[in-house]
Amino acid sequence: MANGTSTIDVGTEEFPALPGQEKGTLTGWIQDLVFTVDHKKLGLLYIGTAWLFFVAAGIMATLIRLQVAWPGNHVVDPATFNALFTMHGTIMIFWVAMPLIFGFANYVVPLQIGARDMAFPRLNAFSFWLTFFSGCLLMFSYVAGPSLYGASGPPQVAWFALAPLTSRAFYPGPSVDYWSLSLLVSGIGSVTGGVNVMTTIFCYRTKGMTLYRMPLFTWATLTTMFLVVVFLPPLSAAQIMLTLQRYAGAKFFEPLAGGSPILWQHFFWIFGHPEVYILVLPAFGILSEVIPVFSRKPIFGYPMMVAAIVLIGFVSAGVWAHHMFTVGLNSFSVTFFAFATLVIAIPTGLKIFNWVGTMYGGKIRYELPMLFCLAFILQFLIAGLTGVMLGVAPFDWQLNDSYFVVAHFHYVIVGGIVFGIFAGTYYWYPKAFGRMMDNRLGLWHFWLFLIGFHLTFDPQHFSGILGMPRRIYTYQPGRGWEIWNLLSTIGAFFQAAGALLFVINLFWSAWKGKEAGEDPWDAWTLEWETTSPPPDYNFETLPEVRSRRPLWDLKHPEDPDWKFE
Amino acid sequence: MNRLAIILAQFQFWPDQGSTLAGDVDRLFWTLTGVCGTILLAIAFVIIYFLAKYRRSNPNVDRSLGDKPTLPAEATWTVIPFFIFIGMFIWGSIIYFHKNQVPREAIEIEVIGKQWMWKIQHPEGKKEINELHVPLGKTIKLIMTSQDVIHDFGLPAFRVKEDVLPGRYTTEWFTPTKTGVFRIFCNQYCGTDHANMTGQVYVMEPQAYAAWLRSGMNPTPIVQAGGELYRSLGCSGCHEPNGVVRAPSLHGLFGHPVPLQDGRVVIADERYLRDCILLNYEIPASYEPVMPSFAGRLSEDQIYQLIAYIKSLAANEPETASVP
Ligand code: HEC
Ligand SMILES: [Cu+2]
Repeated sequence: MANGTSTIDVGTEEFPALPGQEKGTLTGWIQDLVFTVDHKKLGLLYIGTAWLFFVAAGIMATLIRLQVAWPGNHVVDPATFNALFTMHGTIMIFWVAMPLIFGFANYVVPLQIGARDMAFPRLNAFSFWLTFFSGCLLMFSYVAGPSLYGASGPPQVAWFALAPLTSRAFYPGPSVDYWSLSLLVSGIGSVTGGVNVMTTIFCYRTKGMTLYRMPLFTWATLTTMFLVVVFLPPLSAAQIMLTLQRYAGAKFFEPLAGGSPILWQHFFWIFGHPEVYILVLPAFGILSEVIPVFSRKPIFGYPMMVAAIVLIGFVSAGVWAHHMFTVGLNSFSVTFFAFATLVIAIPTGLKIFNWVGTMYGGKIRYELPMLFCLAFILQFLIAGLTGVMLGVAPFDWQLNDSYFVVAHFHYVIVGGIVFGIFAGTYYWYPKAFGRMMDNRLGLWHFWLFLIGFHLTFDPQHFSGILGMPRRIYTYQPGRGWEIWNLLSTIGAFFQAAGALLFVINLFWSAWKGKEAGEDPWDAWTLEWETTSPPPDYNFETLPEVRSRRPLWDLKHPEDPDWKFE
Repeated sequence: MNRLAIILAQFQFWPDQGSTLAGDVDRLFWTLTGVCGTILLAIAFVIIYFLAKYRRSNPNVDRSLGDKPTLPAEATWTVIPFFIFIGMFIWGSIIYFHKNQVPREAIEIEVIGKQWMWKIQHPEGKKEINELHVPLGKTIKLIMTSQDVIHDFGLPAFRVKEDVLPGRYTTEWFTPTKTGVFRIFCNQYCGTDHANMTGQVYVMEPQAYAAWLRSGMNPTPIVQAGGELYRSLGCSGCHEPNGVVRAPSLHGLFGHPVPLQDGRVVIADERYLRDCILLNYEIPASYEPVMPSFAGRLSEDQIYQLIAYIKSLAANEPETASVP
């Protein structure tokens, strides 16, 4: 790759294409996608995969909500229901949220740091295809035939698959193996992807782009990838242990043989809690790009924003056991983890305050990306506060594994991460496709999704407080849960409608959207310097950077930022 | 009008308070909700205010901020939340440690979880399934274990909940403060019929409870059953004075520290006794590891009975306890 040189010979000569690979033909187009090692195409492939699985897992969510809409409802049978929430959770985390994170990292990071591609383009393609096919492997469980040991079918073990429920005694067929092995494969893809992004950021920044001038999205991605590389391996290790236990007579989680089911939980949550930050940090990064641009002000307190990102990354390593307050840990551990959980709220709070500080004295434009960011801030704040409440150990005796927890983490993941991703999509779409996303459709999407989100998840706080356990496929009337569940189900349909408009918008605008030009938002980071969509080699001449806002310097030579740095 | 009342009655927000703990937990909850709600409203207000004031279409607003350093502001909004959270943390921990102190006189009831039911046995030997009868005002301590996967014994009205694990004991306790029927839920996903793993707690006046215990068949009390097992399984042959093997006396063992061969000292609690009987990898110092493992030979009920018996030995030590 031409990463090393600062200019590239664009050339005029066209090489004759091989048969079946001609530009413009269907086969040519498919081959281009399959064999591509270009970070932009792979980024879009990641994102496209994510939305595909999002639709699948979203349909599952709707079915779940339908089943529990009112007491004694019968839409699906218990086994199907259990498979639905297992698949919904697993897919949403590993084949929606993760690919989105990798997709945005892939597309945006090399552009933001002024690189021509990722450090290891072919490894990049490898990571993507592992992610893609591991997702297919999991979905395949729906149609797979029986194995030597028994009938197949989708896994029914919930997304954290507590031992010993996963042992052969309870699920002899291969359903658990689909779950476990697909996670193992996707874990490899994520770790290689993480190494790749980290290397790119460390080694391929353009001239003058010091770490201290790096855009906050890149900083957030860097920390996320660090967490991926450190914390996904425990999950993979646990999958290998599980497989050994199921087929090779190992006894890791077998209490009668001296193993411990708690061991699984430690392995899982050592991964599982940082995972939340793996997903949320890039969303923080997106906000830190969008809010300044739409407030027409540089970010408030860049150094502390960086510090907060890195701090969150570190502390997230020490909070896993707050998922385990009710398994009978000793009181020292409980106090320690409860404390760490509270501490992590501090840098998170700092970020929120600094975003508000960025708006102060700004010139705020209410474009779609900004709207999603504003909703993010308030929702994430609520999520954080309920999280702090859950972190206070006594509440866990009331709220753990109840719908309150369901509400809390959907606030984090949907109200936070998904809203952030929407903001990022509206923000960078013009760069990727050269056209703006339709504003009217976007507004409909925003309001429908916002209303749907609150209608779905706000009531779940109350059903949780009233004691409704998670993952039950039915319940008796007269427990005070009916109205909350009904509202929640209605909300799910609003969300579905919003999501549908979003998907329509993605296609419609690529075809009919307004021409965007290079820099539709009047932004300041490097990705807006090149054409939309950028050429294969990204930049004709690799730009040189002298401040945190290179494009500002370019547009305002009389008052450049670097004078103040 | 009537319709409206019916609809409004659907909106319940708060569960019953059925135990001494409920008041404490709820006070903490409301205070926290108050504090968090205030923080939320304050920030929301500031955001909305800024959004209105600094909108682009508002030309006559002072946007010149000068070059104020950001650090003092950042320090403020780091330190203040920090202290608020520390306050919550300390308060939470106090309640937490209070709950960890099980009152001394408690009625110990055995709970065994199993896909998808709860088996419960009272010290007097009375058994029930998916129902738990308890006397008002007495402290109840549940000693719980599972026969298969992980379950969770949740009692929302009493504000207690604890996972129920295979191969180990967990406990939870509560002191009911009013009579009535309360619900039991399994809160940990445990397989196909997880949703139906529910039950009821009946809190009764003490006399009614006593009458209930006497009703029906006359079962063997747990400790007595344990004693019979202790003899029939041959435990007594080794562990009582002048046994065939040199084995530690179990009298007065429960609740006391035991020095182990690997140098650790552990308190002999239910978990320890259970591991001694089944796993036999914690060997008390100065003994040969000759005790056979009883894993697979005893049902959960029997293990519990043996342990209850050993615990009762602690209470009335005979004069001739064999000292190692
Ligand atoms: C063959 C003789 C023998 C039999 C039968 C036997 N034990 Fe033991 N037990 C021992 C010896 C020796 C030790 C100490 C070394 C060890 O743990 O292996 C011991 C240790 C123990 C301990 C730990 C005591 C301490 O001081 O820490 C407990 C509890 C115990 N046994 C309970 C039982 C019970 C209950 C049974 C019947 C189900 C039983 N034992 C049967 C020989 C025996
Ligand atoms: Cu259960």
